Amino acid sequence: MEVLMSIVIGIIFTVSVYLFLSRSIIRVILGTLLLSHGVHLLLITMSELQRGAPPLLNLDADAYTDPLPQALVLTAIVIAFGVTSFLLVMAYRTYKEHKTDDLEELRGSADE
Amino acid sequence: MNNLIILPIIIPFIIGAVLIIFPKHHRLQRVVSGFTAVGMLLLSIYLAIVVYQNGIIVLEAGNWSAPFGIVLVADMFATLMILLTSLLSAACLFFAFKTITPQREKFYFYPFYFFLLVGVNGAFLTGDIFNLFVFFEVMLLSSYALIVNGGTKYQLRESFKYVIINVFASALFVVAVAWLYSVTGTLNMAHISERIAELEQTGVVNVIAIMFFIVFASKGALFPLYFWLPKSYFGPPAAIAALFGGLLTKVGIYAIIRVFTLVFYHEPSYTHKAVIVTIAGFTMLFGVLGAVSQFDFKRILSYHIISQVGYMVMGLGIFTPLAVAGAIYYIVHHMIVKTALFLFAGAAERVTGTTDLKKMGGLLKTHPVLSWLFFISAISLAGIPPFSGFFSKFPIILAGFQEEQYIISGVALLVGLLTLFSMMKIFSYAFWGKQKHTNEQAKLPIGKLLLPIAPLVALTIILGIAAEPIFQYSLQVAEQIMDPSIYIESVLKE
Repeated sequence: MEVLMSIVIGIIFTVSVYLFLSRSIIRVILGTLLLSHGVHLLLITMSELQRGAPPLLNLDADAYTDPLPQALVLTAIVIAFGVTSFLLVMAYRTYKEHKTDDLEELRGSADE
Repeated sequence: MNNLIILPIIIPFIIGAVLIIFPKHHRLQRVVSGFTAVGMLLLSIYLAIVVYQNGIIVLEAGNWSAPFGIVLVADMFATLMILLTSLLSAACLFFAFKTITPQREKFYFYPFYFFLLVGVNGAFLTGDIFNLFVFFEVMLLSSYALIVNGGTKYQLRESFKYVIINVFASALFVVAVAWLYSVTGTLNMAHISERIAELEQTGVVNVIAIMFFIVFASKGALFPLYFWLPKSYFGPPAAIAALFGGLLTKVGIYAIIRVFTLVFYHEPSYTHKAVIVTIAGFTMLFGVLGAVSQFDFKRILSYHIISQVGYMVMGLGIFTPLAVAGAIYYIVHHMIVKTALFLFAGAAERVTGTTDLKKMGGLLKTHPVLSWLFFISAISLAGIPPFSGFFSKFPIILAGFQEEQYIISGVALLVGLLTLFSMMKIFSYAFWGKQKHTNEQAKLPIGKLLLPIAPLVALTIILGIAAEPIFQYSLQVAEQIMDPSIYIESVLKE
């Protein structure tokens, strides 16, 4: 199962890097969104995908899961949400001011 | 007593949250934030003294004992950085009172300013690697909001790139934390250090170490990940640019020093002496070459950040107590002088209306105080005695020769020379020469602008003249961080 997850994560990373390298602002933002998903999956997968009871609550279970990665993923998801919404607002303002969403035209000249 | 060390995080957090409520009352915002900044400065001085006298203070959040809960750790290095942060933020804040426009103030300038400090102080104090990520994000999100504050065309365009590179680096940060967690099964830095010592630092641990280095290098603007810095620091107003230039990249450097002295210190011949020293050399060289090629006041200063970050990392790479002490001394010197120089750029811009060196000139005649204070900071940056620049570069380069790292030491000396050249370029174009600003501009009083900068200039002189006690202090800090068992024992209490 971990191998399958690793392949999925690899595909997500590939797609997000492809989107990062595109010219449209909105695609770059989608790239960051997808990258954060890949990272969160990686975080969950890295501590092994376990079956078992939640720790502390029932003391007589055979196996317990590790709650820590889930807490980390929750935190990371919230942060990614905040950053993405900020990026979308900023991209919209940039589009409004510059009248373009083409990053090639937003390069900036060397002599300014 | 232990609760003392959460104050540098919680005070700016509460004040920032309160300031959101009344964004349009400029006077009230200024009064509250001014008093808070001064209070933070006094608090951080007290904290530094307490930690210097009594040793490391550890706070276990919620009384969860060490490897299970989140800890905050105040050692000498962390408290020194907090002291510098409070000093710089106070200076930049008082400069901002005089320069920032009401439109920018209205868009939550002060709340974000304090949230930035929450993130920075938290990153210095935390003893938990995932918590470090969270505080980095707090810092970065506030810095996104501050760097785009004002919303000019230039700012929007360049900030987008700044945000994207940081988002990507943060994603890599989480990847590195995930790998480290899968190898060690813990997030507490002291505990990780213990586990790595049992595992021996080979194979995958070295990969993780370099992954952390890449993450912090892109936040700290090391070669080849520095390209975002000069353009994005050019856009925002002087007070923000000065705070960023003095503070933000140094948080990345702090994280590199912390991680590579506390956790990944077992293979210095590979990680420190090969990778870090090489990167440091390229960083110094390319940064200073960028500075030499520029003809703009702020851009030259931005490129100098890159070259000087190289010195700090070089000190870590050589990895002897003398070199690390030099790196710490250099961080102190650099943060103070660099902030002062950026603020001088802001003051000069206020007079001439531009930062393009070809359109400036003759400031020495019309504003002599500004010019001579700038001159002191400039030659201090270049490393001319008796100012702090010389005494902080000296131990790093000396340690380089002692450890037979001749190439990097030679590069460091050459970079010092080129730094002097480009600072003199600013001085001769902007301050000497024919007066290019109008007579009306020449009469602009800027005495009030210079007031917050003057203490910083005084400090660079004091740091130079009182080099001996300050170097002894840096040496103690270096010895404390180079002996990880002190940190581990105070956190895990074994």
